Order: sequence, then C-alpha cells, then structure tokens
Amino acid sequence: MAVSWRCCDATACRAAGAAALRQRLEAEVGTERVKPVGCLRLCGQGPLAAADHADGRTELLGGVAGERRLDLAHPFFVLQRSVVLEQCGLVDPGSLDDALAHGGYATLERCRLLPGAAVIGEVARSGLRGRGGAGYPTGRKWQLVAAQGGTSKAVVCNADEGDPGAFMDRAVLEGDPHRLLEGMAIAAHAVGATEAFIYVRAEYGLAIERLGAAIAAAEARGVLAGLRIQLRIGAGAYVCGEETALLHSIEGGRGTPRPRPPYPAVSGLWGLPTLINNVETFAAVPAILREGGAWYAAMGTATSAGTKVFALSGAIPHTGLIEVEMGTSLRTIVEVMGDCAPGRVKAVQTGGPSGGCVPAALLDTPVDYESLQELGSIMGSGGMVVIDAELAMPELARYFMRFCVDESCGKCLPCRAGTVQLAQLLDRFVEKRATPADLLQLEQLCAMVKATSLCGLGQSAPNPVLSTLRFFRAEYEAAMAAPIAP
Amino acid sequence: MTTLQLQIDGRAVSAAGDATVLEAIRSAGLRVPTLCHLDGLTPVGACRLCLVAIEGHPKLEPACVTAVAAGMVVHTHTPELETYRRMAVELFFAEGNHVCAFCVANGACELQDVAVEVGMDHSRFPYQYPQRQVDASHPLFGLDHHRCILCTRCVRVCDEIEAAHVWDVGYRGSACSIIAGLDQPWGEVTACTSCGKCVDVCPTGALFRKQDATGEKHPHPERAQQLDQARTEHRWHNQ
Repeated sequence: MAVSWRCCDATACRAAGAAALRQRLEAEVGTERVKPVGCLRLCGQGPLAAADHADGRTELLGGVAGERRLDLAHPFFVLQRSVVLEQCGLVDPGSLDDALAHGGYATLERCRLLPGAAVIGEVARSGLRGRGGAGYPTGRKWQLVAAQGGTSKAVVCNADEGDPGAFMDRAVLEGDPHRLLEGMAIAAHAVGATEAFIYVRAEYGLAIERLGAAIAAAEARGVLAGLRIQLRIGAGAYVCGEETALLHSIEGGRGTPRPRPPYPAVSGLWGLPTLINNVETFAAVPAILREGGAWYAAMGTATSAGTKVFALSGAIPHTGLIEVEMGTSLRTIVEVMGDCAPGRVKAVQTGGPSGGCVPAALLDTPVDYESLQELGSIMGSGGMVVIDAELAMPELARYFMRFCVDESCGKCLPCRAGTVQLAQLLDRFVEKRATPADLLQLEQLCAMVKATSLCGLGQSAPNPVLSTLRFFRAEYEAAMAAPIAP
Repeated sequence: MTTLQLQIDGRAVSAAGDATVLEAIRSAGLRVPTLCHLDGLTPVGACRLCLVAIEGHPKLEPACVTAVAAGMVVHTHTPELETYRRMAVELFFAEGNHVCAFCVANGACELQDVAVEVGMDHSRFPYQYPQRQVDASHPLFGLDHHRCILCTRCVRVCDEIEAAHVWDVGYRGSACSIIAGLDQPWGEVTACTSCGKCVDVCPTGALFRKQDATGEKHPHPERAQQLDQARTEHRWHNQ
C-alpha cells in the first residue's frame, strides 16, 4: 500500500534539516507522494514528517533520517484543539488549489451574501477576543469600525510578532496563509473596508514569501472578491507591533506610537477608520463564520472563549506549537502536554517582555485573560517559556528589561530613560552587589514607568520585574551585598 | 462653541467644548509642568510631565492631548503625580549632560524651571554621561546634543510653521537624537532657511545662537503661537 508524506516546510524544521529529510522521502516514494506543509507542532523534534497510510493510520517521524518515531497518542497531540491551526500541517501553503480543496474561501463566499452586520453579530456571539494580547472583544471592535461614516476604510493585519519565545503567528503565515487572507476579506466585507494591509516583520522571510505568493494567487483567481491586500515589511522595530506605531510605519513615517484616543477604529491609517487585528484573530474568523459563533463560544471559559495557540519553549522536553481551549491549566500544558516532570518547573513566563512569571505553586491556574492578569502576568500573544531552577529571576528580569531598552522607540521619557536605569539597577542584583536602597528604587521606578509611559511597550516594561519581585522576592533579597558589620 | 463645566483640583471650571485639559487647567489659573508642549505646535504627549489623574480613568492622562468632557473631575497634584514628576525630571537630567553653570540657557531654561517647580535638587538616578556631539556647522546657530531633551519642538516648528522639515528624530531608545536633513551636518542642509525658529522654541540650551555665551540665550517660545495665530486668525501681535 502506498504511503503519502506531509513534510514540515516551516522555519523551525527547515533549520533542523527538513530539506534533507524531504529529499530522502522523495527518493523513496516519488515527489508526487510528498507534500510540503506547515508546522506539525512538535518543533523541538524536527525536522518532522507525517506519513498517511492508505488504511487511515498516521505516523509522525522526526530527525533528518526520520529516525525518531513520535507518539501521536501523547497528550501533546491528543489534547490539542485545532481551530486556527485546523489546516496547518495538512494543507500545502504554496498551493491555492490545495487551500480550495480544503475548503478555503468557501466561508468568505457565503459571508459575502450576508449583510455586514450579520457577520459582525456572529463574531460578537463567538466571544472572540483580540489574540494580540490585549484581549479586546473582536466583535465590538468590528462594530466600532463598521459604525464609522465615510466611504473608505482600512483593514490591517498585525503580523509584527516580536515577543521573544513567540512563534504562533509565524506558523499561521507559513503554514496556512490563505486562511489569514480569507479572514481579512471577511472582515473587510463586514466593516465595509476597501483597503487592506498586512504588516509583517522583516525577520519572517519565509512568511513574507508565502504571503506574497498567496496574495498573488488569490487575486489572480479572483477569490478575494476584488479586495487588494498589500504587504508591508517592517524594518526591525519591536514597537511597530503597537498599533499606532504600526500604522505610522505603513504610512511611511517613523514607527512611534501616539497617544490614544483617537483610536484607530475612528482615525487610523491616513485618518481612515481602521480595523486592526493580529494574525491569529483573523485566522480564527473563517472557522467561526463556518461553524457559528455559538460553536466557538462553547469552547473555553465564560470570559475567554475559544482556543488559543501557544508557543512552548524553554526548559521543557516538548517544545513546539499547541492550540488548546482557553481555561486549560498551565499544569496540563506544561507537565502533561509539555512532558515536563513534576517538580522541575520553577515558573512559566507568559506574555514576553510585557508579561510575567507564574510560579510552579500556581500551575493549576487556568489560562485565560483574567486569571493571568490577576497574577501580574498577561496572556500576551501566546509565548510560553518554561523556566527551571537553573535561571535566577533577577537575570530573567534583566533579559527582558534589556530587550525593552533596545526596543524603546525613544519618544516618551519614562520608557526611553527609565528602562535604561531599570536595567542598570537589575545589573546590581544579577551581580549580587545591590543594596536595600536599590530594591526600593527598583520598585519605585517600576511603578513610575508603568504609570507614566506613553504606549503599551513602556507601560508593561516593568511587568517582568514586578512579577518576579512578587513571587521570587527572596532571590532579590539574597542578591544584596552582605551588610558591613558595625 | 459649547462651553463645558468640569472640576479641577476642587474648583469649578468652564472650558470651551474643544479645549484640552491643559487649556482648561491654565484658563483656571492653575498649572502643571510641561516641556514638550508648546502652544502653536501639534501636541505629542511625550515628556509625560503634564500627566493628570482624571476620576474614572484607569490610567493617568497627558493633559496636553486629552479633550475636556462635561463633568470631568481632574486632579493635577496628587502625591503620586508629584512623585512621578520629580522622578521624570531626574531622569531627564540623568540621561543627558546638563551643566547649568556654563550653559548658554542658564536662567532661561525650561528644564531648569521645571526642576525648581517639582523640587528636584539632585538626581537619585546615576548620571549616564552619554557621549554626544556638538554640531557647529551652521553659520549662525549651534546644536549641542548634550543638552537636548528630545522634546521635538524644533522638529515640529520647522515642519508645521516654517514648512522646511529640516529636523527629525533619528535612531531609537536612549540613542535617539535630533537629526538635520538626512542625518547631515546642519550647515550642509540646504532646506534650512536660517529662520531661527527652532532656536526660539528650544526649551534648553541645545539650540543656540553662536554669538550667545553662558547665560545669554533669550528664547522666544511664544513665537510659535504668534505665527500660528497670524496665519489662522490673521491676528498680528503688533496690532
């Protein structure tokens, strides 16, 4: 019986030697039975290839020679609930025909027959919240943009994924780009937009290549119903993930945030009412409109509906991509799916430089917007870095603070000058030469930068410090120089 | 134009419907410190000194870009705000090289004034002593980057009033600096009309006239608004 192979052709597996594995398989079964696909999830074991047997069995192999047989019955795979990633790993990201064969653009076609308000109503019913991190109700945002007057509006996709340890959006862009285009076209129809942009970071070379090809193919085939989607490439600034900075950058200006209001929904790109959502949010839309808002809302928790994609990395055996229902506990994700032995985890860092650390004692916390916020962390875009006892918390805090120093745009004082001082204070704790006065100043300056910075980057820059101070204060106290004996 | 009623520091205040909170504060005879703000130029909300607490708002708001609303209750000098303002001024001093004793703007410096206003007598943050440049390539004016606080008034006055856009901001974070032209020596930028408006509005001694020595700078920050009013309202200050 003939076997068909799906070979991961995304960034992580490419780096691990996917080309060699694919050549080997092509030589074995012929090129027509080997298909390039997007992320197969367990990135740490890559390069990955999935074998679909004629009798319906599927096997997953890892390694350049396909030498590792991976257990698809492991909770890492079984507990996943794929919605955003439902076709990622199945569909050939370079083929519009394959996307269409997997049901791509069918929902858009159906939505185009509905009034915009009906589409928005369904999104609102789904309870979907912004997956970029802030969690603003998506339906409400769409309503706001739709309610604006004027003949011209814009839809913008934020694909400037920049948190260290975050690669959820990259998987969608590389693995199923047509899903994003379909979600954006549905949104454009719903809010009455005629302009569409995808702002993608320059570091995502493969994603840019796939998006460019997908847009060209979709426009040539006419599946986007006349919507022109323009690709804009970032220039390496993390702050351009902040929506107002991103819009400035698309306009050709310097990527710096501006105070809100006015919100982009009212006055965004070139002053047009602008709907801006991130990749994962748009990518959830086709499934929601296909299955209905109630179907989506039935997953997850009351206030955090649906599923969320997380990028698991750090001191954990199973590193890779997971999509789970909201409300899944951190313990399930890290110890059951991630295969981390109980007791090994010291903390889980969520939300990148804007987030915080959840200590091992609180691993039973359900992952939803409110629970993480209560712990001084945030959901963020979905990066989840597992930390073990090897890493001292002041060092972790300094890593993120230095990141913010490098990435501050420099427009407002607290972020530009405050993060520099905070990083230097953290140096003293890392080098174990801090004083009690330093600890006091660290806390005061964190409060000041948080309360007075202009945009989200500065306002959340102290979070990794505040969160580790909250749960691991003893490490900061131990980092103080011994008092001089009188 | 409608008039709104709001409350600032316990006082009932009337303000035009399109006024900012900063305008309302000033019209009531009250004040909050400002540095990047200048009447006549587009506000940017960057220095964060004019932050105020507004009841019902989860975050502090920059008065210069926040619109008034009916019934708004504003506090301009809470202990929290005073603490943050003093820290902000300390951060300004620590991030540059501000030596009043031999600065051209000594005695006529808004950074100095703000330091006095918030009661900053020293910085608790270590001075960074950044390595910066002095641009003396222009025949009439100089730019001493050590004294620049990145308020961008020069950028805005040159763009919005002189319409030459000689200035912009280059680089990022603590490496940010005001750049002339395409990051060229000022004297080589042919777009510069040598009007001197940037020198007039600079709050510190960063931009100066070459003939001025220590303490001799006489800035004219009011000129931005005068020119703006002359153009938009045909109101000339000598009439």
